[in-house]
Amino acid sequence: MSKGNLTRRGVLKTGAVAGAGLALPTYLSAAGHEGFTNAPTGSTVTLGFNVPQSGPYADEGADELRAYELAVEHLNGEGDGGMLNTFSSKALDGTGILGKKVEYVTGDTQTKSDAARASAKSMIEKDGAVMITGGSSSGVAVAVQALCQEAGVIFMAGLTHSNDTTGKDKRANGFRHFFNSYMSGAALAPVLAANYGTDRKAYHLTADYNWGYTTEEAVKSSTEAMGWETVGTVLTPLTQTDFSSYITPVLQSDADVLVLNHYGGNMVNSLTNAVQFGLRDRIVNGKQFEIVVPLYSRLMAKGAGANVKGIFGSTNWHWSLQDEGSKAFVQSFGTKYGFPPSQAAHTCYVQALLYADAVQRAGSFAPCAVVEALEGFEFDGMGNGPTLYRAEDHQCFKDVLVVKGKENPSSEFDLLEIVEVTPVDQVTYAPDHPQFAGGALGTCNNGA
Amino acid sequence: MFGLDKKDASLLLIVAVLVAFAPFFLNPFPEGSAMAQFNAGYPDLMQRFVIFGIFAIGFNILFGLTGYLSFGHAAFLGVGSYAAVWMFKLLSMNVVPAIVLAVITAGVFALIIGYVSLRRSGIYFSILTLAFAQMSFALAYSVLTPITGGETGLQLALDDPRIFGAATTAEGNIPVPGFFGLEMRDSTELVFGNWVFTFNVGYYFAAIIMLISFYLSIRIFRSPFGMMLRAIKSNQQRLNYTGLNPRPYTLAAFVISGMYAGLAGGLMASMDPLAGAERMFWTASGEVVLMTILGGVGTLIGPVLGAGLIKYMENIISKINSDILHSWFAFLPDGLEDVVVTLIYPFIGKGWHLTLGIVFMLVVIFLPGGLVQGGQKIAALFGRKKAKEPKNATTEPAE
Repeated sequence: MSKGNLTRRGVLKTGAVAGAGLALPTYLSAAGHEGFTNAPTGSTVTLGFNVPQSGPYADEGADELRAYELAVEHLNGEGDGGMLNTFSSKALDGTGILGKKVEYVTGDTQTKSDAARASAKSMIEKDGAVMITGGSSSGVAVAVQALCQEAGVIFMAGLTHSNDTTGKDKRANGFRHFFNSYMSGAALAPVLAANYGTDRKAYHLTADYNWGYTTEEAVKSSTEAMGWETVGTVLTPLTQTDFSSYITPVLQSDADVLVLNHYGGNMVNSLTNAVQFGLRDRIVNGKQFEIVVPLYSRLMAKGAGANVKGIFGSTNWHWSLQDEGSKAFVQSFGTKYGFPPSQAAHTCYVQALLYADAVQRAGSFAPCAVVEALEGFEFDGMGNGPTLYRAEDHQCFKDVLVVKGKENPSSEFDLLEIVEVTPVDQVTYAPDHPQFAGGALGTCNNGA
Repeated sequence: MFGLDKKDASLLLIVAVLVAFAPFFLNPFPEGSAMAQFNAGYPDLMQRFVIFGIFAIGFNILFGLTGYLSFGHAAFLGVGSYAAVWMFKLLSMNVVPAIVLAVITAGVFALIIGYVSLRRSGIYFSILTLAFAQMSFALAYSVLTPITGGETGLQLALDDPRIFGAATTAEGNIPVPGFFGLEMRDSTELVFGNWVFTFNVGYYFAAIIMLISFYLSIRIFRSPFGMMLRAIKSNQQRLNYTGLNPRPYTLAAFVISGMYAGLAGGLMASMDPLAGAERMFWTASGEVVLMTILGGVGTLIGPVLGAGLIKYMENIISKINSDILHSWFAFLPDGLEDVVVTLIYPFIGKGWHLTLGIVFMLVVIFLPGGLVQGGQKIAALFGRKKAKEPKNATTEPAE
């Protein structure tokens, strides 16, 4: 009996006595406390790149990782410097961040919130990462963002399009450069009205999860505002691969536009099914039947092949843009990897640079200093024109591209053509817009 | 002691010592060395070791004793997590009510599912539990989004009521879970030269609960009730003919094992207050089956070892990328370095599933009794005394 008590006490002892008595003085000196989590002490600083390396978004994840490696090269003064040369802020000089060489660790989010958090936690607790970035799904972005807020490190979101990331789930330590569902809707609606008229009847097929909901809501409200009618909205399971049973009811309805609120493999399959069912050859209500895909990416266009021809959608960035920043980025990415970057790669590259620049300008790695430097920061030369990091919700405001599947692609990368660059004013919304309501930024957290 | 015989008591003692000194065992390599990659002594992973240990111990009570293979156990883990996070949202950030509610909810859930599923046995039982778990996953992922947070998972927010505690901290942030003021994520570090050992409150909290669970499981294994469960495993028909109705026993085992899963879920939420639907996905249910088989079905310590091995591989092997490989083999001539890296690369990083698969196959083929049998074989090689067996087996998870 007494023996058993001893062991349990042993457990407590290790925690309490060894911890408090022995370790505390060393702990304080060891971490070299500057009052925030993982303050870099040596000649290097570690960043954590948390991207999907397996699962449905592995392609995007691989491209994101390439972009991060390129960004690290440029920050450390290797390679041709890429967007550092065109970036409007000149604080970065190719000697790392605040003179510390940039190192990185990678992890696999598996596109699962739990796995992503485990991976981010090990980066923070084991590898001493002072910033986490990446991700290719809103669920993961929101989960990791909340974790970074608790732990007291900065989170620079990768590809995440749901309104919630900077809406109801926004956090003070999290920042998003990518655009969102609302912006997609606001940018697409005028182009759709100009091309398809204002008296259309739309039918939505929506992926049954958060991103699907916010996208459907955004597209619905923007198109209804200009006179369209929504005749049906149907949720499809995320794991669905055959959408035939969802397409048949579309044929029976009197809808003349099909909106596919799908992303990745979902979109490739649903679009292919829709085209196979001859939807695009139909005439309904005396009008040509049309299909719209709110969020486009080149990797998806590649998957869907010839089916994307002439189909409208929106995108954050495209490699064929002709501004100096985009050209410099495509140039250095292409030289290193032999093909043009995707929009996921672009947003991740830019996020890494923006973080480094904010640290440099703030003169400190402390999250609160970085937050202050990024809030309300205006910059240019990163491929999207003049851009603002809004202080109220940590969302970037910039031009949005409306694109169309190219009729005659000249190469396997040249699949989308830019129809219109929607100016930033048209996609700007109030921070308390109903689609973003609820949630609070809170205050920045420096952690331990 | 505690009503255990000598052998079991020493096993419990060994586990307790291992768990108490895990921060040392798991960080054998000095910080900054090339081998530091293999250190597993950081709070998050240590917490996972013990929490999944609890999960596997509970699963083993059902699978190891009655032979009923539940393929939907992750559902109880998920339900427990959701219950715990809701407690954090509504009541307070104290982990005690959260864990208690997690266990109760998972128990009730297990009672309902078990009542239906246990009408069948064998593969039909497995499929039924799998169906229920997938149903729970699908519900949590989309239909029940207002309750479960859907794909994003259930998270805390600044405007949660938290009626018995502060809704926000003084700095305006969401408070963190704690045990009467002792915050789960608090850690202290012990530094010896280049060695850094982290002692985390959450880890020791979970570890104590794990020891209690382990003790309870020993008691169940050695009790008449455990005997009855074994009788069901060996021949259910015979039991029927002797005039005994096995169903209350299997249902009790199912509910107990569900409550263990709920406890693990509640602890997971206490360490990291977020509950995601993927926790209930069938692969998560499959994982606990793997853990148990890998460690040794029906043995006391086996499931804990299996859980440790799988979590270690998931978190450590998966983080090795090609750059790290190159730095390891930098001493080789250039051409040879590339060849070696190319050969190893498929097994690390995202390929950790492949490595796990190979390990699993090797274990199933050569050590049908799992890691515990491996330990016994090693003990038989080196030692003369049979009593030493479990000791050797238990040193495995430290890697």
